[in-house]
Order: sequence, then C-alpha cells, then structure tokens
Amino acid sequence: MRQPFVSLTAPLVGLAQASVDTDQIIPARFLTTTTRQGLGDKAFFDWRHDATGQPIAGHRLNGIAGQGPFILVAGDNFGCGSSREHAPWALLDFGFRAVLSTRIADIFRSNSLNNGLLALEIPADIHQQLLRAEGTAITIDLAARKIRAPGICPDFGFDLDPFARLCLMEGTDPMGYLLGHSATIADFEARQRSEMQ
Amino acid sequence: MSAEQVSPPRTLFDRIMDSHLVRGETDDAPAILYVDLHLVHEVTSPQAFAGLAARGIKTRRPDLTLATIDHSTPTLPPDCNGKRPFVSPAAEAQVATLLRNCAEHGIEMLGWDSADRGIVHVIAPELGLTLPGSVIVCGDSHTATHGAFGALAFGIGTSEVAMVLATQCILQRKPKAMRVTITGPRPAFVAGKDIALYVLHVLGFSGGTGHVIEYAGEVVQAMTMEERMTLCNMSIEAGAKAGLVAPDETTIAWLRACPRVPEGAEFVAMAAQWRTLKSDPDAVFDREISVDISGLSPMASWGTTPDAAGPIVEQIPEPRDTNESRGFDYMGVAAGQPNEGRKVDVVFIGSCTNGRLSDLEAAAAILRGRVVAPGLRVIIAPGSEAVKREAEARGLDMVFREAGAEWREPGCSMCIAMNGDIAAAGEVVVSTSNRNFAGRQGPGSRTILASPATAAASAIMGALADPRRFAGSPEPEQEAFRA
Ligand code: SF4
Repeated sequence: MRQPFVSLTAPLVGLAQASVDTDQIIPARFLTTTTRQGLGDKAFFDWRHDATGQPIAGHRLNGIAGQGPFILVAGDNFGCGSSREHAPWALLDFGFRAVLSTRIADIFRSNSLNNGLLALEIPADIHQQLLRAEGTAITIDLAARKIRAPGICPDFGFDLDPFARLCLMEGTDPMGYLLGHSATIADFEARQRSEMQ
Repeated sequence: MSAEQVSPPRTLFDRIMDSHLVRGETDDAPAILYVDLHLVHEVTSPQAFAGLAARGIKTRRPDLTLATIDHSTPTLPPDCNGKRPFVSPAAEAQVATLLRNCAEHGIEMLGWDSADRGIVHVIAPELGLTLPGSVIVCGDSHTATHGAFGALAFGIGTSEVAMVLATQCILQRKPKAMRVTITGPRPAFVAGKDIALYVLHVLGFSGGTGHVIEYAGEVVQAMTMEERMTLCNMSIEAGAKAGLVAPDETTIAWLRACPRVPEGAEFVAMAAQWRTLKSDPDAVFDREISVDISGLSPMASWGTTPDAAGPIVEQIPEPRDTNESRGFDYMGVAAGQPNEGRKVDVVFIGSCTNGRLSDLEAAAAILRGRVVAPGLRVIIAPGSEAVKREAEARGLDMVFREAGAEWREPGCSMCIAMNGDIAAAGEVVVSTSNRNFAGRQGPGSRTILASPATAAASAIMGALADPRRFAGSPEPEQEAFRA
C-alpha cells in the first residue's frame, strides 16, 4: 500500500521545455540499478550537473531537491521515448507528486499512474498560466476532479481514467485487481487450449 | 438473432485485440488483455521480480516468457580468465539478478552460453517466436518491432512487467487506430531506415500518440521482413503505441525458415490462419495518412528528436519551433547549412533498428575494400549471436576489420550507451539506432540517425555522406568533400 492520493496542495515547479524525453528525466547510464529507491539524485541529472558530475550551483532544481512535495508543470509532449519506469521513480523520489502538461506520452503516463505519480493533461491556456506561476501552491483535488489555483486561473475540472483515479485515491496498484481476476484468466486459457485442439 | 448477421468491419488491430480479451473494457476499468509472449531483459525487470517476491508469487506462465541479456552487457569479449568487461559492478549485478530470477521462476534465459542470445527484438523474430496475430509485450519501448509480423506488440513499464509475470495479462484501454499508407515507386538506394525516418518526419514526434499504426500500401508490401521491422521499430518515435503490418507471403516465408516454428501440416494450418489476418476493406481507421516516397533520397537527422530529419542532399531548413532550435544548438547545426558533409567522430552500426544481417550487408557493400577516415571510431555490433555467426560465415567481419572498424559482440551497445560503449561530450555519431535525444549516446554526445549504408559512407568520408556517392566509381574526393 502506498500513501493514498486524495488531494494535494503543493507549489508549482515549471519546466517549459517541450519534448522532454525519459533520457533527460534520467539518463540511461543510471539504469543499471536493481531497486527503485534513491533515484531522485539522478532526476534531470545532466541538466543540473556539469561535465565532471558536480552539481551546478544556482541551478533551480538543485536548490529544491528533497524539499517536496511539488507539482511539475512540464512542457508539451512530456515523457516521450524510452519506457523506463525509472523516470517516474526518479521524479517521485525527487519530490514530485504530480506532473501537468498539455501532452504526456502514453507509456510514461501509465508508468506514472502505476506508481502513484499523478500525470495529467491540461488545456493549453491554463498550462501557460501555470507555467508562469512558479512557486505558487495549487491544489489538485482528485475526489472532486478539480484543480484550484486561486490567483492564477479559475478552478477547472479534469478528466482522469476512472480506474487510475480509484487506484490513486485508494493507494493501491492494479496488480491486486488483476490477481483478483485469476479465475477469469484461467477460463480464457482453457478456452484457448480447447480451440487449439 | 440471425446466424448471418454480419459483424462490423474490423481493422487488423481490432481483430488481435478482440481475440485476446479476457475481460472487455468498461467505463470503470480497462480491458484485461492476454499476452502470448512476454520478453524480459535485465534493465526493466529486477524491480518487477522483486515485486512478485514481496507478494510471494511466481510467474504464471514461464512457458510464455523468454529472457535475454542485451542492454548492460559488454560488447567486448571476455579476457583470458573469462572475465567480461562490465562497465560497472552494478551492470554485472543487474545481469546476475536476471539470471537468478529466471532460474527461480523457471523462465528460459538466452544468456552468455546461448547461441541465440541477442537484442530482445532481434532474437524473437529470428527464432520464430514472433507470430502473426499474437500479443507481445516487453519492458522496452521498441517492442513495436514485432509488429512487422502482424503482431500487436508494445512496450510496457516495470510495474506492468510485474503484472504480466504474475497474471500473463495487461490492463489496456483501447488505443485509436491509424493507417499510414506508403506509396511509391520506391527510388533506388532508399533504405527501409530512410523510409522510417521520412514517415516520422511527416508524422512528427508526437503525431502517433495514442494510436496503433498499421503500415500499408505497395511500398510496405514490397518490403522485406527486416525492412518492415525497421519501420515498425520506429513507431514509438512518433509516440505511437505500436506499429504493425498485415502478414503476407513474405511473412510466411520468413517464419517457415525459423527454428521454433512448427513444421508440416501444423505449419500449413497456422499459415492459413495468418492469411486471414488483415483489415477488412471497409474498416474505418480513426486517422488515415498517405506518405508518398517517390521522390525520396537517403535521410539523416539534424535535431534532437527523430522527426527532425531530411534528405542528406538538401540544406538544413529553419527550425520549426523553439524546441527544435534548441536541438540545432545542441547539434551545432544552423539553418541553410548542407546536411551532408557535417564532420563525424564516431560511426555506430547496430541496434534493434538496424543490427540485422541485411543491415550489415548494406554497410559491408560500401566498406568492402575501403578504409575508414583517419581518427574516426567505427563500432559495429551485430544484433544477435545468430547475426554475428552468419555475418562471419559470409566474411563480413573481415570486411569491417580490414576497413578499420571494430567488430563487437552482440548487444544494444551505443544505441543506449549504458554498457560503456559511449561517445564523448561534443562528439558527433552517425548512428543506425533510433533515438537522437540529447546525451543518448553519452553525456553531451550528438547523434545523427541514418541507415547502415549512410553510416558506412560517412565512415569512409569522415563526414555525413550520401551513400549514393559509392554507387559507382570513381572514388569520391575525400578532401574536397568536407564542409
Ligand atoms: S538496441 Fe536500443 S532501442 Fe533496441 S532494445 Fe537495445 S537499447 Fe532499446
């Protein structure tokens, strides 16, 4: 069981750059790990470290590491590329609990939701306003399916897959749901076998 | 209900989805989709096996699961003590973890001792495990490669790897269907990779998001299986869930020769069923796109997304947006500059996009009897042990070595650069792989995506070169050529 995600109030961190691929979120050379812990250090590593691997003083992300929770407002087409789940692991460990963008790549979105990182697509005009509101706290209310950003934009509703929403709100992952259908799966396998004969 | 009631026209993708539904999709929950083949490798699986262990469960269908090691494996041979030059203890531990997990779960592992080891998306089609009409998943975004056989194949994350191990099923809302019809005629010297890069250029890096693409049209029908794999492989670079091609006689001929495909009457029956796997003539796609390649010439990328690419013989155009212009800065290119002639430091030939035998043949045809430009590093990594064996049987390894290229062990190598095969910061790599993201081939490295022929031509010239320069004699002028 992970911490249920019902409502989150946290400051915005904006990264306006479009098409941030998962190689940027966590470079491939850090994928030789066999655990999912401790990857926050590696989040956006090559952006916030110099060629010798030293943190770049004054880089915005270095200043806030470990001080989450945060809500990431990312540029268009966030999380494209490699299917590595290390990307949401690294973002979560860094302190992000939600990612908002106009477009979020498919695999990254499902990987995020499967780990309790809310990945949400929002309309372009609101996205622009949130990008300009760095540091301001907003509220994502999953129960009411509403985002409240007083002083930035009017409250607005969002759509999220009902199944993903339930998993987030209950703090469960979909594995339990699938295991609960073991009998249905066994029936399917039996049907497959009989068709083959 | 009349027995004659006709079902609505379906796409190939509909057909495969429908036949694998354990439980249909509802408003409240995604569909439960049965998986016929689950491919596993060392990078995206350790946390999944750990998840199963935490719940005290084992793999439901080890017989439908196949593992190999390819991503973090060294491509240099072991030393005289048999010690392999892993890039780090972590990489070595990751490989050991998969070997242990497979032993514990009874999963077949094509490991160091296997003659069938290789890049996961190269070996399954070689063995004949990639079958038309099946559902295939792997914790790797280039799983779409298998779509070349008319399979619904897509990449999944590690949580999903755990779910498939535990239940042989995946939760999936139905993506939309797109058909990309490629029309010709196909010009000479245009490789499958050139077509893939052009299709990507037309679709854009997110143009396929949320869709399964069926590639169709006379050009696709005339493609070899290896070219179809290259094309489907890069579907994810347009954000697509999967890419597929309806099986036909080319597909059946490939499978007939595969070691793990049944023979005789059983094969005949399977082939008959495969021939029925196509989209109905009146099937409706959510999106239809037609791509004309009649004027196409060899392609190379110039930006940091795979769609930022164009003909080698043309000039680099104005960036389309600020993101692309940042990519230009990273690559050190400017609008108006010729694409061809850009200086190159490293050439990489390999990967699940272009690491198969025909790719090595195409490179060897240009490298034969020539030498690579001074100071240039050329790494050639076959896609699998089988590719390596066959290439060596044909003497291609000698062609490469004599040209001054490094002939490596099979693996992902510089495609993802997590095994120690990397380019240095600032170096420009002409690469036959699939991604030119900033730093993909090492921190600060710069990638130009191209076909094996283009990579080979560039290796000789020391600069990005149109392979058609080598179509005849005399030799191209090396000095006058460089920009
Ligand atoms: S060759 Fe590259 S794209 Fe293919 S599986 Fe390996 S790392 Fe992934």
